[in-house]
Amino acid sequence: MAKAERIEIIEKWCKGCEICVEFCPTGAIEMRDFKVAVKDLEKCTACMQCELRCPDFAIVIYKKDKE
Amino acid sequence: MSYDYAKYLRKGKLPHIWCAGCTYGIILKSLIRAIDGIGWAKDDIALVSGIGCASRLPGYVDFNTLHTTHGRSIGFATGVKLANPKLNVIALGGDGDMTAIGGNHFIHACRRNIDLTIFVFNNNIYGMTGAQYSPTTPKGAWATTSPYGMAENTFEITSLAIGSGASFVARTTAYHVAHCEKMMKEAFQHKGTSVVEIINACPTGFGRKNKFKTPASMLTWMKDSAVNIERAKNMSPEELVGKYTIGVLHKVDKPEYIETYDTTVGLKK
Ligand SMILES: Cc1ncc(C[n+]2csc(CCOP(=O)(O)OP(=O)(O)O)c2C)c(N)n1
Ligand code: SF4
Ligand code: SF4
Ligand code: SF4
Repeated sequence: MAKAERIEIIEKWCKGCEICVEFCPTGAIEMRDFKVAVKDLEKCTACMQCELRCPDFAIVIYKKDKE
Repeated sequence: MSYDYAKYLRKGKLPHIWCAGCTYGIILKSLIRAIDGIGWAKDDIALVSGIGCASRLPGYVDFNTLHTTHGRSIGFATGVKLANPKLNVIALGGDGDMTAIGGNHFIHACRRNIDLTIFVFNNNIYGMTGAQYSPTTPKGAWATTSPYGMAENTFEITSLAIGSGASFVARTTAYHVAHCEKMMKEAFQHKGTSVVEIINACPTGFGRKNKFKTPASMLTWMKDSAVNIERAKNMSPEELVGKYTIGVLHKVDKPEYIETYDTTVGLKK
């Protein structure tokens, strides 16, 4: 089950470097028209690999509240 | 959200000027988390840079910031620290800024052991001016000024710092985000000259012409080349070929310059 409630992408800051997609271990995000896009939110484990290594503050993961 | 950077960023300054995949943005984030982690107030920090892509960093953060002349960040930082020793003074710059044109300031700050934190953003090239080779461009690598391959030997920045007298010397990389934050914090907390070499990637100037097709492949290069200093102790020289160590490489207690100065001239007993 998805661990992220939402993946926010700040498109105007995303420079399309693909670092987030390369280091995402689950394939939850992909490149679309030279910007990152959510491919499958269900797959996201909220591991934060993408958010920590994005040089442009352009991807933010919102974790689901613990049930 | 693992961390909210907004509190430390100057409003309206993003997107920053760095190229797609330039790892300086990753360092900016590690720096903010490190400063937040040790709890320094924004007004108690002076962040000083020279000239180059790395040196654009202070423009994005809400501290006392100084963007100075090429190679002179440490000179200005020394002045700031002497005038107001209560400030936490950080000097940063690229490998060219710090070890080519600014090399003299670098070694003499280390020699004095003045209480500064110095971050050298080593991306192996002069990024800003179009990929001329720097003192850390690896042997054989392409640069606009070494079209046949770099023929010179490189500076080993951390050895240079240790040999010059810095009392805290560490190395980390842009890839190792948590480690980078930790090395920065330890450097901040050390009294005396603290030098942290941070391995960075310039995909535009260095990567493209040196067989790195993507920015991510340069981060993978860091991941594969860096060996923690503790692990390296149990590895043979053969196993360490083509690798570099990361972690605290040198840490000693020794008199700090401003304190020594004050007692020498009689300002303090
Ligand atoms: C006195 C002086 N000489 C030369 C320059 C041109 N210049 C600007 S930045 C730079 C080198 C930048 O390389 P580095 O310090 O490694 O930083 P990077 O851009 O890679 O972050 C040079 C030579 C200058 N601005 N001032
Ligand atoms: S948080 Fe982890 S799993 Fe989710 S998109 Fe980012 S890298 Fe992929
Ligand atoms: S790492 Fe950041 S800038 Fe690069 S593609 Fe992903 S969101 Fe965009
Ligand atoms: S030229 Fe290199 S160092 Fe400068 S912003 Fe671009 S990638 Fe970064």
